[in-house]
Amino acid sequence: MWTRSLFSPKTDIDKGTYVTLSLISVAVILALWCLLTYGGITPRDFLAAPHEVVQAGIKRMANMSLFEHMWASLVVILSGFILASIFAVPIGILMGSFRAVQALIEPITGFMRYIPVSALIPLLILWIGIGIEQKIMVIFLGTFFQQLILISDVSARISKDLIDCAYTLGADRRRVVTRVLVPACMPGVMDNLRVTMGWAWTYLVVAELVAADTGLGYMILNAMRGLFTDVILLGVFTIGILGLITDFFFKWARRRLLPWSADF
Amino acid sequence: MSMLSLRDITVRFEPKGKPPVLALDDVSLDVANDTFSVIVGPSGCGKSTLLRLVAGLETPTSGRLELDGQPINGPSADRGMVFQSYTLFPWLTVRENVMFGPKLKGLSKSECEDIADDLIKAVHLDGFEKSYPKELSGGMRQRVALARALANDPRILLMDEPFGALDSQTRQMMQELLLDVWQSRRKTVLFITHDIDEAIFLGDEVHVMSARPGLIKQSLDISIERPRHIDALTSPEFMDYKRTILSLMHDEAIKAEDAANQRKSA
Ligand SMILES: Nc1ncnc2c1ncn2[C@@H]1O[C@H](COP(=O)(O)OP(=O)(O)OP(=O)(O)O)[C@@H](O)[C@H]1O
Ligand SMILES: [Mg+2]
Repeated sequence: MWTRSLFSPKTDIDKGTYVTLSLISVAVILALWCLLTYGGITPRDFLAAPHEVVQAGIKRMANMSLFEHMWASLVVILSGFILASIFAVPIGILMGSFRAVQALIEPITGFMRYIPVSALIPLLILWIGIGIEQKIMVIFLGTFFQQLILISDVSARISKDLIDCAYTLGADRRRVVTRVLVPACMPGVMDNLRVTMGWAWTYLVVAELVAADTGLGYMILNAMRGLFTDVILLGVFTIGILGLITDFFFKWARRRLLPWSADF
Repeated sequence: MSMLSLRDITVRFEPKGKPPVLALDDVSLDVANDTFSVIVGPSGCGKSTLLRLVAGLETPTSGRLELDGQPINGPSADRGMVFQSYTLFPWLTVRENVMFGPKLKGLSKSECEDIADDLIKAVHLDGFEKSYPKELSGGMRQRVALARALANDPRILLMDEPFGALDSQTRQMMQELLLDVWQSRRKTVLFITHDIDEAIFLGDEVHVMSARPGLIKQSLDISIERPRHIDALTSPEFMDYKRTILSLMHDEAIKAEDAANQRKSA
């Protein structure tokens, strides 16, 4: 049927087809992996086989060490991310709608967004040491400036008519901000928190580069020394799955908290 | 008695890095109590600017602007406005949207709800009190916007092409509904449109604006009997008004075209 063709852009396909296609892509990757390893194409210490990764996982779940690593990483990621969000959301909203705030903040963000976080690690160690604070700070720096820019964009895009309309209904400046600007920004804020949460995960290994003794990033780096590719892959898969879970959480929260919002 | 008076209003915009725009040039206008005044004019002639001045959302470069003898400075709840774009607050339900103004005034919850439910009925949206704007059609959204503006019981109701984005059937229905509401509540209305039929159908008086620089070219009293219904649109007197306004606007269109050509060749 023309209207449901796989080949016409921007048309829906039925759910069964969608799921099938998704499963195919996962299956192809798995098959390729099996072929490379069981087929003897790549040596084992170069790429671990699927069953070895599963065994490594079972062993580390049995002695709880995988969960300890997960927990350590989650604490770092969530602390850094929440800390960044607490500052970035209000400042970003103000920055996007008040030229004065924009003028104050823009030079700093414009500069900081191009600095790789890893370049700041030596200074962080010097200033705040090698404890968990340093790891949290890496996540914070990695997400804060990106969040600031994205959220200020959300705020700048809120329609002027919406604001003007509130004035004609008798709102003063303060209430225009608290009762109109802030709620109007919420869907965009949630979307960008979700996106930057994903980016926060990508900083995990960098955060656990220095003087870590737990965490998934540490687990991976440590396994690299012994070329334990099964453990490296286990760490990679665990991070991916935790990332997916946080992503689902944000999708769910948006639908729950902002049922009025049109697009998700 | 004229309650709204604009005297020698000039508005010049000076956008950064662009030549200045003379949006309104020496405009004077009086609006009497309880009348339905319509301003009709071509796109870009400064209609919205004029309305935003009255709302207090814009300041004139020169000239005087008074409501009930008091100078207008800044927006206030005594001048309600309905915008062309959809401006319902999407996070509030229909009822909460209509209650927005009364709540800011500090009225009690039950008072606010009474005002809201009353107006929601007046715009025929009972049953939709708990709906969010995303669930409403364009026409319904503008009806809520009308109810919301009226909830403050403003001295004057400003409407900037509120039905511009609607299809012609919905538009006709909205015009009749607006007249109904106006008839039963007797408000002073300043309504803007570029649709001549809409102007004649709604207005007690119609002010024809010309483009660049915007000024009011002529004002006509429309003495079609009220209440007006759809058959008024085809009556001979309606046609007479339409002919007059069309020829006024036609001259303007030619002038604007010439000016544009001159600018191009210059
Ligand atoms: N803030 C502004 N800065 C610069 N120029 C402006 C500004 N607001 C309006 N103008 C210009 O002033 C002129 C009149 O604009 P206005 O929006 O009042 O016209 P309008 O009659 O409402 O047009 P339309 O029918 O398209 O809504 C236009 O040329 C517009 O580009
Ligand atoms: Mg306009």
